[in-house]
Amino acid sequence: MTKTKTDPSKRAERISWLLVTPLTCVLGFFLLLPILTIVTVSFWNYNEWSFFPDFVLDNYAFHLTSAVTWATYLKTLKFMVLTWIFCAGIGFTVAYFLAFHVQSLPAQVALFLVCTIPFWTSNIIRMISWIPFLGRNGIANSSLIHLGIIDEPLEWLLYSDFAVVLAFVHLYALFMVVPIFNTMMRIDKSLIEAARDAGASGFQILTNVIIPLAKPGIMIGSIFVVTLVMGDFITVRHMSGGQSASVGRIISNEISLLQYPAAAASSVVLLCTVLLMIGVMMRFVDIRKEL
Amino acid sequence: MTKQIENKGLSRRSILKGGAAAAGAAIGSGAVTGFPTIWAQNIKDVTLRQFGTGVSNINEVAQKVKEDLGFTLEMTALDSDSVTQRAATQPKSFDIADIEYWICKKVWGAGNLQAMDTSKIKNYDKIVGTFKSGKLTPESVIAQGTAPHTVGFTSGPDGKDFVQEESGWMTLIPTIYNADTLGIRPDLIGRPIDTWAELLNPEFKGKASILDISSIGIMDMAMVVEAMGEYTYPDKGNMTKEEIDMTLGIFTEAKKNGQFRAFWKSFDESVNLMASGEVVIQSMWSPAITAVRSKGIPCVYQPLKEGYRSWGGGLGLSKNLSGLELEAAYEYINWYLDGWVGGFLMRQGYYSAVPETSKNFMSEDEWGFWFEGKPAEGDIKNPFGDVMEKAGAVRDGGSFYDRMGSVACWNAVMDENQYMVRKWNEFIAA
Repeated sequence: MTKTKTDPSKRAERISWLLVTPLTCVLGFFLLLPILTIVTVSFWNYNEWSFFPDFVLDNYAFHLTSAVTWATYLKTLKFMVLTWIFCAGIGFTVAYFLAFHVQSLPAQVALFLVCTIPFWTSNIIRMISWIPFLGRNGIANSSLIHLGIIDEPLEWLLYSDFAVVLAFVHLYALFMVVPIFNTMMRIDKSLIEAARDAGASGFQILTNVIIPLAKPGIMIGSIFVVTLVMGDFITVRHMSGGQSASVGRIISNEISLLQYPAAAASSVVLLCTVLLMIGVMMRFVDIRKEL
Repeated sequence: MTKQIENKGLSRRSILKGGAAAAGAAIGSGAVTGFPTIWAQNIKDVTLRQFGTGVSNINEVAQKVKEDLGFTLEMTALDSDSVTQRAATQPKSFDIADIEYWICKKVWGAGNLQAMDTSKIKNYDKIVGTFKSGKLTPESVIAQGTAPHTVGFTSGPDGKDFVQEESGWMTLIPTIYNADTLGIRPDLIGRPIDTWAELLNPEFKGKASILDISSIGIMDMAMVVEAMGEYTYPDKGNMTKEEIDMTLGIFTEAKKNGQFRAFWKSFDESVNLMASGEVVIQSMWSPAITAVRSKGIPCVYQPLKEGYRSWGGGLGLSKNLSGLELEAAYEYINWYLDGWVGGFLMRQGYYSAVPETSKNFMSEDEWGFWFEGKPAEGDIKNPFGDVMEKAGAVRDGGSFYDRMGSVACWNAVMDENQYMVRKWNEFIAA
């Protein structure tokens, strides 16, 4: 092989390799390696105080055949679907308002920043702050009683599936707003004018122009919401008062009981489930092509 | 939560140490390497890392250690599960483990702790019988569950087993313990409560709670099941699979009927549930009751006719401790049993393993209220100076012997622990 510095294609190739190395290293060390470790440990065996190399399928067998796992997945999916519906509805509406109703760019930016204000505090604080609000003697119940709408405090406001979904929607709606707003801002306004000139009604414009063009944003937002809800354990625990299970809670319980291999197996199953769901979602929209 | 406090002023000990150091230097550097010399010169450099549950990991203790003993104690407070994890898997991360006896049963086999020579423990003879023979008084009946004396001794310096007699090698040096029962809101219940069975009384539908820590929760459940007359366990501290199924079955049904408002996992959660009125009857820990009361909300640690569920904690030494650090650790343990910490803890409602030394660090009235169950003559304050009880108040449950004498069971780890945990998770997910 001749070492000609002047060979431009070789040079370009070398530079490409150089450029891609840092990212490869970062992903390799901080993503691939940990995942490989988890996959490896998921086949190990354990007793009450330690875990040790082995090749057993018990962790998977127990996890996949336990009725609790299935019930929990069903529950987690229920949380996920409900959260997704509300987040998508709210996210799309807010983004639509910002992108098409607000006319000046400074106003759009200002209102968008207003949307992010709740995110200045931590996730946990935003979630916990619902607890005194929704409680039996909380502001919500006392206001409703005061207004004469109800006589008895509503028990289902707190420590219920309602509370869990409410907290999820509150926590994750912005993850929907941002990408949808982003794609909507890229829609060429002349397309909407053209549709209107061609005689389309407002609703037709929405379904035939805006939604198809905002699809990548909706999909990116959905991926955020789905992955966040599927992996959650803290929101479910606090908002359900510890009475509901989620897949994340199973894993966190197993970790706290020192059953690391079992937790690893549960994590691998969850990872595969989520990847599968994202794979299916990607079939609907080619994000790379449309961005 | 670590805090390091510099030694301020001269205490008796520091003067003695200074003298010893000077003497050591005078004898000749290196010629005499007797223990007190090294001890005195290097003790200030020693740092012992202790971790445990929030109960006894108190910064005031670290501060006092620095004052009295001269070395630094770093404390980390964690929840029971994390404590277990660390004791079992990260022996290099601590020098002293402040753990409960049921945790000891789980982690002793991992070999991360070293046995302690009781001949080096000055107040060993004064440790209450509960931790040695298992009997508080010679007439006492040993309660079910993981009673501390059953996991308190090992066969020798390198023992990985438990022995049932006072072998001279202790796994944990007992430090703190108490008798737990149900906490209630008397103002919201409005009638006397005297049995564990009330936890599942439909009257409290949607207003009851139980703790979501399986080893402790299962014992509360067993107390309830027995009190309801559903079943009498041969040993509720070591249930069979059928007994576990039956116990959790009863509670799963209650859960499905909406008996529970929530399950709690941390101390603060239990306080909030009770103080906000979400829950009127629940499993609770003694300082949580105090925390609710200090908000001006009535809350009673209700003595129940079936007796108490008790727990005990102790200090264990990491196997990595040796030489000067090990000597410092023994010094620390002797100091711990010397009374100051005992008094500090007893004024929060716990008991010390050597009550008689604690008496020297409490006022007559405090001792009468907390230990003897007598009515308070003046206001009773906690170690932080907050008034906990007004004059005339009597401790819930009475004296030490009344309370610790009616222990029905100890927090436990069962032979079928794995199975129990699985079933517990099913109960939570149900």
